[in-house]
Amino acid sequence: MSDFNSIADRAAAATPPAIARKVRGLSDRAIAWLFIAPTIVLLLAINIFPLIWTVYLSFTNYASNRPNRPVVNVGLKWYQDILGSPEIWASMQATAHFVFWTILLQTVIGFGLAYLIDRKFRGHAFWTTVILIPMMLSPAVVGNFWKFLYQPQIGLFNYIVSFFTGIPPSSFEMLGSVTLAPWAIIIVDTWMWTPYVMLICLAGLRSIPDYIHEAAEVDRASRWRQFWSITLPMALPFIMLAVLFRGIENFKMFDMVMLLTGGGPGSTTELASIALKRQAFEAYRTGYSSAFAIILFVVVFGLANVYVKALNKVKQR
Amino acid sequence: MSSASTTAHSVVEPSANSKRLAGFLVILYAVISMIPLAWIFATGWKTPPDSISYPPKVVFDPSLEGYCNLFTTRTRQTQDYIEAQGPPQGACDEVTRKREMVIAGPSNYVPRFINSLIIAFGSTFLAVALGVLSAYAFSRFKIPLADDLLFFILSTRMMPPIAVAIPIYLMYRELGLSDSALGMILLYTAVNVSLAVWLLKGFIDEIPREYEEAAMIDGYTRLHAFFKVVLPQAATGIAATAIFCLIFAWNEYAFAVLLTSGRAQTAPPFIPTIIGEGGMDWPAVGAGTTLFLIPIVVFTVLLRKHLLRGITFGAVRK
Repeated sequence: MSDFNSIADRAAAATPPAIARKVRGLSDRAIAWLFIAPTIVLLLAINIFPLIWTVYLSFTNYASNRPNRPVVNVGLKWYQDILGSPEIWASMQATAHFVFWTILLQTVIGFGLAYLIDRKFRGHAFWTTVILIPMMLSPAVVGNFWKFLYQPQIGLFNYIVSFFTGIPPSSFEMLGSVTLAPWAIIIVDTWMWTPYVMLICLAGLRSIPDYIHEAAEVDRASRWRQFWSITLPMALPFIMLAVLFRGIENFKMFDMVMLLTGGGPGSTTELASIALKRQAFEAYRTGYSSAFAIILFVVVFGLANVYVKALNKVKQR
Repeated sequence: MSSASTTAHSVVEPSANSKRLAGFLVILYAVISMIPLAWIFATGWKTPPDSISYPPKVVFDPSLEGYCNLFTTRTRQTQDYIEAQGPPQGACDEVTRKREMVIAGPSNYVPRFINSLIIAFGSTFLAVALGVLSAYAFSRFKIPLADDLLFFILSTRMMPPIAVAIPIYLMYRELGLSDSALGMILLYTAVNVSLAVWLLKGFIDEIPREYEEAAMIDGYTRLHAFFKVVLPQAATGIAATAIFCLIFAWNEYAFAVLLTSGRAQTAPPFIPTIIGEGGMDWPAVGAGTTLFLIPIVVFTVLLRKHLLRGITFGAVRK
């Protein structure tokens, strides 16, 4: 760095002003591309090239465990298979159930918490930081230790439920039961990500200027009325932002659920990413899973577009 | 508070009672949400029988067994063999011998932890270095199709990791990058660089252009001004961005479990494989989880002012 600086110093000192301006003018554009190029090259190599390869593979019968088999073009066969496959639709339905309920619970609890924290009671900054901790942790490690909490005989979760309800703690299995497992993953995701929604909602609530509430107070609008016609509409873009982020993230959900249930029991919690992993890395149906991956890309990309539009709306405020 | 208000308190200031109720409910939520973490921390200090006792033990005699089991591998031996070894050396040896076992050697936890450190710091350094250059260019220069490029950079982050992992797996197999730290560093850099560009662009946008322009009038070149004026001004933003990148790389599981198996395996895929005799060794899992999560809790506290920005890719700033 210091070598570079001294060279730059000498170059600057030795260059007549007029030429310097010209060189600078030229180099501005050069610098712009020089600065952006490494990022773009890296993304092309690690994201775009593999994406194109995935598209190619999705039209072939390639299997990664049999690399020497002749590769045959199968056309749109995999896409037709996937759209007609009951297992894939079951995994999409499991994903939809998971995304819907996690977003609903996280938005309601998260907004509620943000609303309470916005009362600015003593110590609210400290407790806000405490609440934020779960969302920063590794989802895989979280899934793994919740598996311990959910153990039917020895787990803390079952014990606490039985303590408050009297239901024997070994009479239900959160992870082993077909009806409870989809809720078990929703509970853990809600525990982990409610703080995320809370933090964004809190920013939304704090963006509402005091004078609006003061004006409403002068007009004798009830607290209830103020909430519905001021607080909620003004915080709405922020809530939407949180919902979209959580929607995209949970649509891709893999690690936490993989460690908690592994997709089981049966395939009740086999979310799209887990189904994809099984097809690609356990059944080695590379072509088929590539086609599935492309379908998931398209869905996420669609969500991302919606997200960017909403983001721009938030920014315009 | 508002200057328009004539009373000591603003009219919208919540009453003392509503504050107290809000405080009670928030603290209640915070305490309940900390129970799982407190439990896994406590489990690290239990003996294996205590960790699976019913009813769950809240009060217990702390034991080093979890931490000992985390760092060692052990083999079962006969009483005669153990007695022939002489007096136990150190606390772990003593704990192990009580279970009629001897320490056979170190476990893989430390190498996996070191892999996590190398890969997290390596990828963070690269992502922030690339990110700050791109962010500066996007912030200061007119770039054709800048919005499209920025959206392209962000959209790479939206891809489901498993979908990306299929071709990466094949590509790395061809290039000999499978199960290598370099491969994981490049991959995590690519994932993190999108976050770095978006966050750093926000931070650099906030630095007035006049600073560099003044420096350039004084004879600095553009590059010189970037290194001498902009980078120091952006130091806080760079630090916050770096911590976000570190946390992502530290926590990542999907790529790690699919693309590494031994040499380059990080801690998250390793911790769930800690198994004792007859099932999971929960105290060792508790100990490994505690050590793995502590850095993140510390970072969360350090980052609390910038968290909102980081988690929304700079879309929301306080």
